[in-house]
Amino acid sequence: MDSGFTFDWGAAFGSLPYLIKGIPYTLLISFGGLAIGFVIGIIFGLLSINKNRLLRWPATAYIEVFRGTPILVQVLFIFYGLPDIVGGPINALTAGIAAIALNSGAYISEVVRGGVQSIDSGQSEAGLSLGLTRNQTFWSIIWPQALRRMIPPLGNQAIVSIKDTSLFSVIGVGELVRQGQVYIATTFTAFEVYFMVALLYLAITLTLSLLLRIVERRGIAST
Amino acid sequence: MQHIVDMTNLDKYFGDLHVLQDINLSVSPGEVVVVIGASGSGKSTLIRCVNGLEEFESGSLVVDGHELAPKGANQQNLQNIRKEVGMVFQQFNLFPHLSVKDNVMLAPMKVRGASRSEAADSAMKLLDRVGIANQADKSPKQLSGGQQQRVAIARALAMEPRLMLFDEPTSALDPEMIGEVLDVMRELAKEGMTMMVVTHEMGFAREVADRVIYIHGGRIVEEGKPADVFDHPQNERTQSFLSRVLKH
Ligand SMILES: Nc1ncnc2c1ncn2[C@@H]1O[C@H](COP(=O)(O)OP(=O)(O)O)[C@@H](O)[C@H]1O
Ligand SMILES: [Mg+2]
Repeated sequence: MDSGFTFDWGAAFGSLPYLIKGIPYTLLISFGGLAIGFVIGIIFGLLSINKNRLLRWPATAYIEVFRGTPILVQVLFIFYGLPDIVGGPINALTAGIAAIALNSGAYISEVVRGGVQSIDSGQSEAGLSLGLTRNQTFWSIIWPQALRRMIPPLGNQAIVSIKDTSLFSVIGVGELVRQGQVYIATTFTAFEVYFMVALLYLAITLTLSLLLRIVERRGIAST
Repeated sequence: MQHIVDMTNLDKYFGDLHVLQDINLSVSPGEVVVVIGASGSGKSTLIRCVNGLEEFESGSLVVDGHELAPKGANQQNLQNIRKEVGMVFQQFNLFPHLSVKDNVMLAPMKVRGASRSEAADSAMKLLDRVGIANQADKSPKQLSGGQQQRVAIARALAMEPRLMLFDEPTSALDPEMIGEVLDVMRELAKEGMTMMVVTHEMGFAREVADRVIYIHGGRIVEEGKPADVFDHPQNERTQSFLSRVLKH
């Protein structure tokens, strides 16, 4: 049966200027959240391998909670739930960044843990035997090597988090998907607009992949 | 003369395994002590106790005048001891993210507070001494095993240690590279470095050691001058160990 549908290039390109306004929000939420998530990941990843159980346990609990619940529920909880506790509304942008930060932070903790644990114990023995303190050994010997191994999984996480921001249209942040929805509400060109939205995500993630590949190659070349 | 290492009634366990049993061992300045014994007898554990890479349960250990307390006690001297004691590992354990030269410069800069140029100068002198000055800017991975182990020796020497520990420094090497590492160690011994060496290179032990210690099951079973231990072993365990390793 002929649905009579033809792809309307005019509608597709016509939506672009509007959609592009969402990109700064998408990028801000993604990279703002990831930057905080990286700091969280370093702290909690290192705590999760600490010898002290009192430090390890809360870190592990955080990781399990935020990996084990959907990010959509997390952002809804932050945006609609938390205001009851903090006693005032939470800005949608802030909620989005916080959700990415907490969620990616949990995954990045695992990346950090894995990266650090993958370094041969002979490395830290060599550092300690030279008279370096535990901290010096960690930061000048273990961490640089671990970080290099962490680049591919960190890149993965960045791509996942960028895509996750699309869910935040539900709290009304004017990111890519939200811009598309608003546009479609007046033009009824869902197919074309979501097609363009998808293309824009792809442009962002492919650019990131490319950059990561370059960084990775540099890293290997200098090893 | 004050000993550099003084181990008295030292006991160490790995869980239920009594890996070092009532070890009494002193090392004098300038002395070369070679530790021999079968695999799993506790040789590595013994020398790793000396720089605190392994903790021990009881007994006393004084290294270069610094007392190292048993497990659980305050380990305030650990850093002081490690600054004075160099260690060379079977697997080299060079830092792969640093150049050969930076491997040697790291500890003097971080621990002794040497300036970059001071550290670089002495690193180059040391690399020259072990015959690798022309590879200084390479990554460790680009070097052969023998060269890597010589860098590891230079790295340890950069801290100007009073004592050097060697844990089977040639066991991971291709046979043709063993000689170049032993040559460097022989030089060091000649220059008066105090050394504790775990090795299966009996020729080296016989030639360089002032004293040979045979360990079996975590105990020192026999010790003495190399000629005595190798040619007239008193203990039957030493005899059978030596007849196994010297037979080729
Ligand atoms: N970290 C460890 N945990 C438990 N057992 C160990 C550990 N390290 C060594 N051992 C055991 O202690 C014994 C002595 O080991 P080691 O000192 O490495 O012997 P050697 O160097 O003479 O081959 C072996 O039985 C070994 O399996
Ligand atoms: Mg060993």
